[in-house]
Amino acid sequence: MKKLVMIGNGMAGVRTIEEILNISKEPLEITIFGQEPHPNYNRIKLSNILQGDTNFEEIIINPLDWYKENNIQLFTGESVTKIDVEAKKVISDQGREVEYDDLIIATGSNSFMLPIPGADKMGVTGFRDIKDCEMMIKSAKQYKKAVVIGGGLLGLEAARGLLNLGMKVEVVHLMPSLMERQLDPIASSLLKAELEAQGMRFLMEKETIEIIGDERVAGLRFKDGSHIPADLVVMAIGIKSNTMVAKDSGIFVNRGIVVNDYMETSAPSVYAVGECAEHREIVYGLVAPLYEQGKVLAERICGIETAPYEGSVTGTQLKVAGVDLYSAGEIFEDGSTKSIMVYNEYEGIYKRVLVRNNRIVGIVLYGDTKDSTRLFRMLSKNEDITGVSIFESQCSAEGGSGDIASMPNDELVCGCNGVTKGAIVEAIKAQGLTTLDQVSHCTNAGRSCGRCKPMVNDILAYTLGDQFDADAAQKTSICGCTTISREELIAEIKEKGLTSVKEVMNVLEWKNEEGCTKCRPAINYYLGMVHMDEYKDDRDSRLVNEKMHANIQKDGTYSVVPRMYGGVTTAADLKKIAEIAEKYEVPLVKLTGGQRIGLFGVKKEDLPGMWKELDMPSGYAYGKTLRTVKTCVGAQFCRYGTQDSMALGIELEKKFERLDTPHKVKMGVSACPRNCSEAGIKDIGFVGIDGGWEIYVAGNGGVDLRAGDLLATVKTEADVMEMTGAYMQYYRETANYLERTSKWVERVGLEHVKEVLASEETRKALNERMDQTLKKYIEPWNEAIQSESIKDKYYAVHTVKAGE
Amino acid sequence: MIETKTRTLVANYSDLPVRAGYAVTIAGSEIALFKVTNGKVFGIENRSPHPKGGVLTEGLVSGEYVFCPVYDWKISLANGKVQAPDEGQVKTYQVEVEADNVYIINKG
Repeated sequence: MKKLVMIGNGMAGVRTIEEILNISKEPLEITIFGQEPHPNYNRIKLSNILQGDTNFEEIIINPLDWYKENNIQLFTGESVTKIDVEAKKVISDQGREVEYDDLIIATGSNSFMLPIPGADKMGVTGFRDIKDCEMMIKSAKQYKKAVVIGGGLLGLEAARGLLNLGMKVEVVHLMPSLMERQLDPIASSLLKAELEAQGMRFLMEKETIEIIGDERVAGLRFKDGSHIPADLVVMAIGIKSNTMVAKDSGIFVNRGIVVNDYMETSAPSVYAVGECAEHREIVYGLVAPLYEQGKVLAERICGIETAPYEGSVTGTQLKVAGVDLYSAGEIFEDGSTKSIMVYNEYEGIYKRVLVRNNRIVGIVLYGDTKDSTRLFRMLSKNEDITGVSIFESQCSAEGGSGDIASMPNDELVCGCNGVTKGAIVEAIKAQGLTTLDQVSHCTNAGRSCGRCKPMVNDILAYTLGDQFDADAAQKTSICGCTTISREELIAEIKEKGLTSVKEVMNVLEWKNEEGCTKCRPAINYYLGMVHMDEYKDDRDSRLVNEKMHANIQKDGTYSVVPRMYGGVTTAADLKKIAEIAEKYEVPLVKLTGGQRIGLFGVKKEDLPGMWKELDMPSGYAYGKTLRTVKTCVGAQFCRYGTQDSMALGIELEKKFERLDTPHKVKMGVSACPRNCSEAGIKDIGFVGIDGGWEIYVAGNGGVDLRAGDLLATVKTEADVMEMTGAYMQYYRETANYLERTSKWVERVGLEHVKEVLASEETRKALNERMDQTLKKYIEPWNEAIQSESIKDKYYAVHTVKAGE
Repeated sequence: MIETKTRTLVANYSDLPVRAGYAVTIAGSEIALFKVTNGKVFGIENRSPHPKGGVLTEGLVSGEYVFCPVYDWKISLANGKVQAPDEGQVKTYQVEVEADNVYIINKG
């Protein structure tokens, strides 16, 4: 297999890998080294994190699962120190050597730090990665006064974020006006006035020559002799390509790693992409050109003929609350240019387009950036603007769709992902899309910076015409087959008395008559939740594991995990399992995380036979249901145990096994607060205390590690059962399908759940519905053994000899 | 030009479950048969075009599509094409139904 190695794990590089995975005809062995201890995240959104609009989880573009799914070997927290271009291998700072056939350098850039005395003091940082963000957020809790050096794009975004964090912020700028490379003096002064109104303070035309203080920064000294105090200094003067590894390995480096139009460096089979690369003497720092480079590089590496990358014209916008600003191309008049201007000082709107020889060469928009995509297209395509009205939006009171109608199909709507109006319209028509969510999902439009979302929505409205439903477009539907939300679906099921998955899709006019893997399992769940014991489960609407009552493994074999209530077994059962494992030549026998025994690698056709010989119930290790109740030894044997944890665990598992729930539910029972069963990270955890039990809920030990919250403290085992039944039923009735309890509690609020469950009457009603639902379940393995039709439909293998 | 066709009987039509896969092996290749709601029968290679493979018989069937059970790719039963945003194609087989007999046609 061809070996592809990438140094760097950032947006440009990983996008290139995504493109490669999409078009590569042969499987590749991919290795990625990332210096940061994280998967690829959306660096554009760092300022949103700082400004408190989002969190780190939400800006991850490629979660760790993505690397796994695509068989990519990822080394995080590890950087490559040397490339041996002769032997075609890289060597990491941990001494790891990896050979390559093709190597991509995508090391990005670092903040440019002023080389002045004191720049290495504590409390001085750049603004480039999540670590910088975290450091600023932490500083804001302890300190009061921040100084940002640099009044450009990055500096102002950082400053706005620090204001949000409650710090006093001063911005120091070398030049007489802010963002002087993107804005003319009028726009610049409007911006300054707006930011001053927001609480930012400015020191213009100041050159910092020293950072003063002992270990930690205490202030800044300027060239004119003045100085100011500071507890935190953020340097946001610019970026510097991270070229060290290339330089040290003898690859030609200027400001960045020099590449040709196919992103090839001076070394054979070594490519560079993104902020570390210098193409035709330009180092790009914006996402759109980097993605364009990635596309060309991907095609090059996959051996597909491709047009060369010939450079990009870029536009900039500022991501600061309350400021709408856009700029592209040239800024200053030079005698050969003429300006077209709109200046509405009263409403704070300023637009200026620079024209040379009937062509737009520069754009500055402040306060209203609706025209930006259209003007940018005219600029980048060098269109003749004779007779064209430049600022349409001021006179068209109709807004929205008028602009869309006149927009050519090849106009770029989402600059980050290179999605045109035509592509969006086509996706809407071909796939019958009706919501913004769906459009983003199908086309990638709006998935990076999100600025184009209003425009995408306008295109949706325009394309759908009368069928456009503004409310529907914004809401989250169950899936692409419908515009109906979960709440509407449940209301319709109740109101119209719908009783089968097919009927739901039919009556509610599903666009795909037979649904998809998102809606069908969900509808099946909601029907069972509403109709309780009257509903007949639709087995074919369940996904493979639940349909087969076994976990499918990646090679098409299955795993068998028998039920062992409370994790308690017997010598006789163990012998039986051992014998069966031998008889069926089970490749792997393993204790699972939930105190069970798993038999892995079982052939489909062997399942019913094995189940029969086991003569044990299914452990449901595959279901959206109660998985396992882990228990500690407890008062029966342990000298610390205050309660009988095994007995309670077994009782809980026997009562709730097989119950359908929106997502899997795990429980743990510990007999004392030492908590050997790890009840604190279970969906429901029970901890024995003197004279009673504490019930913890919404814990999670998985991807979103979360400690459980105390729901209630009760006296007896009967109380435990009553509270647990009511809690589970309330979760079943109000959670979205596939929403874990931890997410559900965070969404609806723990206090809300507590309030609901405080009423004895409510608890009673919930428990009645729970009990009625529990009546319908039968043991699935036994059912399969008994039924020839189930065996034949799901577990048989049919072999036909050729020529028969 | 004369075209030779091999017709292999692979199943009884009445045995095929609706909206579920039915795997048959002919001369070493595993084929997944799907009888869809409108009664048509399709045959495709029982192997997901996802780089990591996996079987298709256990996938959820919707109209003339099947969803790969392991990676959730939507695959056309008619032409084997993987639907956007994923890409790929699975081999299709020509199927003939005559009375209660289901045949796979091999062009040779």
